Amino acid sequence: MTTTHTADIGIVAIQGDYEAHAKSLKRLGEHPVFVRTPADLESLKGVILPGGESTTHLKVMKEEGLFDALKNFAADGGALFGTCAGAIMLAREVHGPKQDSLGLLDVSVLRNGYGRQIASDVHSGRTKLSDAPIEMVFIRAPIIESIGKGVEVLGEYEGDPVFVKQGKILASTFHPELTDDSSIHKYFVDIVSGKVK
Amino acid sequence: MESLNNNEWRVKVGLAEMLKGGVIMDVTNAEQAKIAEDAGACAVMALERVPSDIRKEGGVARMAAPKIIRDIMDVVSIPVMAKVRIGHFAEAQVLEALEVDFIDESEVLTPADEEHHVWKHAYKVPFVCGARNLGEALRRIAEGAAMVRTKGEAGSGNIVEAVRHMRTIVSQMKRLTTLGQEELVHESKELGSPLELVSWVAKNGKLPVPNFSAGGVATPADAALVMQLGAEAVFVGSGIFKSSDPAQRARAIVKATTHYKDPKAVLEASAELGEPMKGLDVRQMDEKDLMQTRGW
Repeated sequence: MTTTHTADIGIVAIQGDYEAHAKSLKRLGEHPVFVRTPADLESLKGVILPGGESTTHLKVMKEEGLFDALKNFAADGGALFGTCAGAIMLAREVHGPKQDSLGLLDVSVLRNGYGRQIASDVHSGRTKLSDAPIEMVFIRAPIIESIGKGVEVLGEYEGDPVFVKQGKILASTFHPELTDDSSIHKYFVDIVSGKVK
Repeated sequence: MESLNNNEWRVKVGLAEMLKGGVIMDVTNAEQAKIAEDAGACAVMALERVPSDIRKEGGVARMAAPKIIRDIMDVVSIPVMAKVRIGHFAEAQVLEALEVDFIDESEVLTPADEEHHVWKHAYKVPFVCGARNLGEALRRIAEGAAMVRTKGEAGSGNIVEAVRHMRTIVSQMKRLTTLGQEELVHESKELGSPLELVSWVAKNGKLPVPNFSAGGVATPADAALVMQLGAEAVFVGSGIFKSSDPAQRARAIVKATTHYKDPKAVLEASAELGEPMKGLDVRQMDEKDLMQTRGW
């Protein structure tokens, strides 16, 4: 029996580890598409903002009109999940240095919060999604400095929130897409489908 | 494979993953670094002189002065890479102490050792190395390179060598996927690379680290060309700051790299550009002037 799949989830593919996200979603049986222009958002229910360089993403998103299109996408009820640079893009406020962002998640973040590449590392940490600890890959990762009232903390590392949710907006400062664990992507798929509120 | 599984290795390759689809630009001072960042570069490469000037002026080309690298690190928030001479592990130690984000053990600088490359597993900072073919790429990965780039012919403004190297690496990888285990042992000997890496490529059809292109990119169409041939990101050396319009050209190459499969976008990116850098015909060059033959 063959079924035709329409993609529900897109991955912003300006630059960064968008293919790693695609691999994680395909493991769950999803058929993600890559998003490079506003037209690519059509009929999508969820969008992932991958890791990469947030300054590059910001620059290209604005040039392509994707910056405003993503704001509208969220306003129309679309779900978003950002990892590392993607979390920076979603934040209300960005420091180190100050830069513009989509402002869809009520947190303030500090870029390269742990330091330069030499401070990048893999840690083991717990999230509220499962009892077993998962691997958290931090690469020039931001630190979430403060969170607003409506933001739920789903995972912490050394006392700082590293995995948060506000409505249909999900963000992690680490890279679940660089591990074999699918629990976080599964959670996002469930947000997109409405299974998780 | 143990060496490809420890956490230190994973975050090295992880940073290389974050640079995919982007443009890494050569810069020689903080002002150029800012222009590159504002244009959308995903990283900058700090060096003393761009390759075309090294070519023109001659002399020994070394690691950039730490002061210049530090100035660049202070002014941009994107990753900062810097070059060391082939085999010059003490320059690499200095760059690690300086906490640059990536080290390029580069044939563009004058080699410090004609037999040995740096043992790159000994560093926490990831390395990128140039390669002309699969054997060279796998030897560098065996030494600990977390990213491979084509050598091309740096400072020539001529894409022909980068194309040759990318096509060679991709076709050699394709061929490996068709071979049986006993043939891979022979291939490992022919390539001069460890069997476990040769077998990994045969099984996966790609390198175990990101494969980028460098050496001769001067226009948006050059970037789209190497991306379509299999490059996962692009380095631009002299091509930007030796052109008549660096900021505009930098932006255009970023756009063409993102939309490399969309000719209309590449056209749009190229439409307003002025003169690219003047190029060199690699076939008219003396063997001694080639940079790509440095290293092995």
